[in-house]
Amino acid sequence: MDNKVTNVLIVGVGGQGVLLASEVLSETAIQAGLDVKKSEVHGMSQRGGVVTSHVKFGQKVYSPIIPYGQADVLISFEQAEALRAIDWVKKGGLIATSTTRLIPPIATSGKIKYPDDPISDLKKKFGDVIAIDADAIAIELGNPRLVNILLLGVISERLNLGTETWQKAIKMRVKAKFVDLNLKAFAKGRELAEESVGTPL
Amino acid sequence: MKRLLSGNEAVARGAYEAGIKLASAYPGTPSTEILETIAQEYPTLYAEWSPNEKVAFEVGTGASLGGGRALVAMKHVGVNVAADPLMTFAYTGVGGGFLLVSADDPEMHSSQNEQDNRFIAKFAQIPFLEPSDSQESKDFVLKGLEISEQFDTPVMLRLTTRISHSKGIVEEGEPVTLPEPEFKRDMQKYVMIPSNARQRHAILVERLGRLRKFTEETDLNVFEDNGSDFGIITGGISYQYAKDNLPDADYLKIGFGFPLPLEKIRKFVASHKKVIVIEELEPYYEETIKAAGISVEGKKYFSNLGELSPYKVSIGLKEAGFIDKVIGSEFEPEDLFPRPPVLCPGCPHRGVFMALKKLGVAVTGDIGCYTLAVLPPLSIMDTCICMGASIGGAIGLEKVGSHEKGVVAAIGDSTFLHSGITGLLDAVYNKSNITVIILDNRVTAMTGGQNHPATGYTLMGEETKQVDLAELCKALGVESVRKADAYDYKGTLEIIKEEMKRPGPSVILTDRPCVLMPKRIMDRPYTVISDLCNGCSACFRIGCPAIMTSEELTKRKRPKAIIDPLLCTGCTLCAQICKPEAIVLVEEPVKVK
Repeated sequence: MDNKVTNVLIVGVGGQGVLLASEVLSETAIQAGLDVKKSEVHGMSQRGGVVTSHVKFGQKVYSPIIPYGQADVLISFEQAEALRAIDWVKKGGLIATSTTRLIPPIATSGKIKYPDDPISDLKKKFGDVIAIDADAIAIELGNPRLVNILLLGVISERLNLGTETWQKAIKMRVKAKFVDLNLKAFAKGRELAEESVGTPL
Repeated sequence: MKRLLSGNEAVARGAYEAGIKLASAYPGTPSTEILETIAQEYPTLYAEWSPNEKVAFEVGTGASLGGGRALVAMKHVGVNVAADPLMTFAYTGVGGGFLLVSADDPEMHSSQNEQDNRFIAKFAQIPFLEPSDSQESKDFVLKGLEISEQFDTPVMLRLTTRISHSKGIVEEGEPVTLPEPEFKRDMQKYVMIPSNARQRHAILVERLGRLRKFTEETDLNVFEDNGSDFGIITGGISYQYAKDNLPDADYLKIGFGFPLPLEKIRKFVASHKKVIVIEELEPYYEETIKAAGISVEGKKYFSNLGELSPYKVSIGLKEAGFIDKVIGSEFEPEDLFPRPPVLCPGCPHRGVFMALKKLGVAVTGDIGCYTLAVLPPLSIMDTCICMGASIGGAIGLEKVGSHEKGVVAAIGDSTFLHSGITGLLDAVYNKSNITVIILDNRVTAMTGGQNHPATGYTLMGEETKQVDLAELCKALGVESVRKADAYDYKGTLEIIKEEMKRPGPSVILTDRPCVLMPKRIMDRPYTVISDLCNGCSACFRIGCPAIMTSEELTKRKRPKAIIDPLLCTGCTLCAQICKPEAIVLVEEPVKVK
């Protein structure tokens, strides 16, 4: 039996909405009739630390953790965090990141430095990367909290889960009064992705 | 119905389906969501936050004695606090089924140690069950309670962070129907005076004999026969990591871990060319198996530090000769700046630690968000051992007298109520010359904002009596109990100075609430007038995530400060220490959703 498991890694900084993104993605996979597991760590990491969520889906999923270097897709809410996660991504995988820069207090001391241009470092090493100013686009769409669904829209084409399945999951997981806005953000994400090159998995 | 549930949510569901009468806990990562889910989703069950794990456990024993099924949940180190009743409850046995959920934290994502509580089950001589995913987390609650009643013993359900906080699909069932609970007086069984306890110890030993038979027969310990000539003994999350690598090997999957099914293992090992044990943390299975004279290998290939992972397991499997190659990354890891957790913008703890740093005193710390004060740039905390240890530690440090500038204990409100009260009593009783700062933010913040006896609300959302911390401290005999406004830097500094000069123990209570919980507090933000900023970096040194370096430099090439108006809560601390008075209230309030 062909048991191809798809691995999606979602990274960001505490408070950015990483967990909602992984919930919606997992729901989409469930609605597509697949087995799903996901993992993240709560607690201290939520106080402005790095937040990482692993999502795996396929016919049968064993552990909730992505094997090192085997993420098919990386979604990052912050540009340096995308660079930090580069070694988790497969060659030929997809990286979609927001250009958001969050410089932690520790990097204000002078001794520790936030990189000048993480996205160009990422492109040099990895190749093609979709980088969008997700915060600005979300505000333009009407709410800064749309970032997670927007980014999911960007990577959705790669995952072959079907647009309608995505829409169904969004309706299930987003508060009723925000559904339309989120569907708009999702569509915007797909539109932005079309402008970039990429082949389905 | 099928739902995507975390291990903790699945345990809560299991509690509901098993007809639990009472659930009690003290919050602690990674166990907290078990009780939260019970209270939110299954409000027909009685659920409570107890002041600490020992009390939670004892409340559970009472419920069990009354004939009701009970579930008590805690993090691994919480079981240390509850160890006293646990060790003896193993003797008395149960009325209604009793399940102790121990959520261990390999890798110490949010803990001070990574002790392996499988040894505690063995120490107490009670069975433990170890699920490997969310579905089993639910199922094992039901099985654990059945075993508890069948064998008249408390049972431990041992989770780890990756089980508690990972989600998987769970098939939900209907709740069982149980007869009404009945209290049966049985003094010989439950009153552990020595003459009774001696009899109960003998019963415990006899019970273990029956459990040794049970472990050989139960389907909780499964032989997965896929026809490979090598075999793997594993359990919990390690089983899944092994399956990721070798889906078609032969497995002996351990779900019932004490006592181990040694005869089943003996047969499994005899029928395979080579058998290895894969387990996270300590070699619990391996040592037990080897002690029975069975030849296996284990920790030779897998570290006992931190969590395992599919990748780490693949490295061990390669070394053991079970797989040919390890698939890793094609990219070098980046050496980037660290992003440690920090005190939130507007955190009321910040002002206190700014003052303590200024004074340069010895600070014994405790367990909570405020432990983050140890990290740069604040870097002002000398100890953090366990819940409540700040006060006892301060007393000892002060008695030895080697400190130069005095000793301060810093402890949160929830932690003080958990196990700081007795420490403070000791400070009074033994005339200790310490200052205890109770960082009262009126919530159990670190674990996500739980109620406690000083918040005025129960876990189930009912209003209740609110303990008055100041009156409590006075009742313990502390003569000087003062309040400090943690957003008033100089005021707080002065109060700490005065109290440190005062002979005898004193208590300072800070009284600003947590900015995140239960309500998000956002006042008008502050901003930096760039022309006035001289790049002195004083505001950088208070470690506020809302303050960042600007790309604009001073004449001396020092970066100026900027404040993110969406993060700033308007606590004013940075403005108070800005000598050129460059930090001011923004004129137009920024609209925050």
